[in-house]
Amino acid sequence: MSIFADKNTRLLVQGITGSEGMFHTRACIAYGTNVVAGVTPGKGGQKMDDVPVFNTVKEARKQTGANASMIFVPPRFAADSIMEAADAGIELVVCITEGIPVLDMMKVKNYLATRPQTRLIGPNCPGLLTPGECKIGIMPGSIVKPGGPWGVVSRSGTLTYEAVHQLTQAGFGQTTCVGIGGDPVNGTNFIDCLKAFKEDPETKAVVMIGEIGGHAEEDACEWIKNNMPDKPVVGFIAGLTAPPGRRMGHAGAIVSGGKGTAAAKIEAMKASGVHHCENLGKMGELCKQVFKG
Amino acid sequence: MKIHEYQAKELFRKYNVTTPKGKLATTSAEVEKIADEFGLPVVVKAQVHAGGRGKGGGVKLAKTKDDVKPIADSIIGMTLVTKQTGAQGKKVRKVLVEEGLNIKKELYLSIIPDRETATVAIVCSQDGGMDIEEVAAKTPERIITVNISPVTGIQAFHLNQVNFGLELEKDLHKQMSALVRNLYKLFVDYDCSMVEINPLIITAEGNILALDAKMEFDSNAIFRHPDVLEMRDIDEEDPVEAEASKYGLNYINLDGNVGNIVNGAGLAMATMDIVKMAGAAPANFLDVGGGANAEAIENGFRLIMKDPAVKGILINVFGGILRCDILAQGVVAAATKLNLSVPVVVRMEGTNVAEGRKILAESGLNLTTAKDLADAAEKVAQIVK
Repeated sequence: MSIFADKNTRLLVQGITGSEGMFHTRACIAYGTNVVAGVTPGKGGQKMDDVPVFNTVKEARKQTGANASMIFVPPRFAADSIMEAADAGIELVVCITEGIPVLDMMKVKNYLATRPQTRLIGPNCPGLLTPGECKIGIMPGSIVKPGGPWGVVSRSGTLTYEAVHQLTQAGFGQTTCVGIGGDPVNGTNFIDCLKAFKEDPETKAVVMIGEIGGHAEEDACEWIKNNMPDKPVVGFIAGLTAPPGRRMGHAGAIVSGGKGTAAAKIEAMKASGVHHCENLGKMGELCKQVFKG
Repeated sequence: MKIHEYQAKELFRKYNVTTPKGKLATTSAEVEKIADEFGLPVVVKAQVHAGGRGKGGGVKLAKTKDDVKPIADSIIGMTLVTKQTGAQGKKVRKVLVEEGLNIKKELYLSIIPDRETATVAIVCSQDGGMDIEEVAAKTPERIITVNISPVTGIQAFHLNQVNFGLELEKDLHKQMSALVRNLYKLFVDYDCSMVEINPLIITAEGNILALDAKMEFDSNAIFRHPDVLEMRDIDEEDPVEAEASKYGLNYINLDGNVGNIVNGAGLAMATMDIVKMAGAAPANFLDVGGGANAEAIENGFRLIMKDPAVKGILINVFGGILRCDILAQGVVAAATKLNLSVPVVVRMEGTNVAEGRKILAESGLNLTTAKDLADAAEKVAQIVK
């Protein structure tokens, strides 16, 4: 089992003819993802390898039955692409693009409130990967292991790879790994993923990776305490040594006005029964202690 | 991106947000000329990108003609230290000279994006002129927040919440509403990440003016605002950070002695944390991008070598898609080319990792490989001890 994407996912790629889009589409296909269409306005009728390209998402969905989209469109056009996918009724939209203006994302978020059938993951994220079934995004397929029992949710890209790699090295598989992205305004949040992992019978435990900025981690801890006593959660927060007032690479990773500190998030984890991983280098070991399965 | 107070006030005036009469000066002679023109008193304000200027001696009131030159001389050229500049302070190159006003009341007003609700938030308080974080901590009930959907924009009821929330006299409502509406428009038109007026003053004559002005812009949206980019003041930026932005890299200078080169922002932060945990201190945050390549590593070395405090460098690259043998060749080439003398610990993960380690080991350079992240942090901490 898995969350959000599996072997039945029919993926279309917005921005498939760009160099990034092309490169990662090929990697997704090589992993086994069923890529049914691409969309680049003005290039309808062409093909990227064997994938038919359409001018609009609406047309691509109608012709191919695509139910998920992966977006590799440059930042100034990406908000438009997310809304186009939602307008066409795509159920899962995964936006990899980094650098979308905050006000654009606010408008997207308000628009998505009127399109409840669409789930957005990202932007500024590595995507998601259900080992052995479906890869949407840029996570390396080589580091994952199918079969669960761990679900993984994270705000960061390579930090997720690190955690997943250690799980695999420790002999654990993953149900689904989700990167929710490092932007201040994004789609799916920690709680959305935790709810889905709670409902997924194959997910027995969860790794949750947060970082400084905002209070999504605190909210998630509160939710865990009240709703998920049966599945252990191992948590990590990056940015204990980050200076306040500085944006640490990710647009959303900033401690401002004394809010969003790593210390407060770690405190929330400890107070809600989440197993806090102090040393990232030892995450695999901690997971072994927490879940013996 | 930040701009100076005087630049923010120029934008304010363009949007009919009233400010005191003011002019920019770079010498005390210019300050004296402006004081003659405006009449006394005048306020001389250091123009640096940092808050807390008043407490640091960067804002002074000249009441008499004899005050003007000494005050101007004391501020222009000074190194201003505030709690936001760090101990090294910031050199003052220009000052804003403004007319003095009869202040009756000081308010606080700011506009920021609210990430949790995806709205634009107006934050205001009757307790202006003070540290707003302190007000929020001690008397949260005196802070008013009004959330505005960017889809509908600002409405009359939002303005009522501001006016009545601030307990403004009825005859000021119209003036305040216009100011807030204009400021909101400025915020949205310019993709701001913050507009702050502290204090927003009410004068004895019943006028509302922005006595201070702070603006920050969403760097992701700068492409829409070439005029904002022209206001960038490189003098205000850390020179190494400015150089990093030229290479398209994210670099933040810190106090420690372990230089870090990492791919990905989250992993870079976690690497800093683990270096600290191993008993050393990070000298920088440096994200060379998820798909780190040889050129990015070379530029990373270049930046870190500018910091004389660095005694050891930790490279942490989680490749995945990236091939480690190619990365290792890049590290060796860059270290050779730049004649790197500082010892380097390399931790990498990805395809062909064994070949990559072999290349590093056989390079004849001062490169140590680590088997995993915990090992890497311990090794680099040992080196700098």
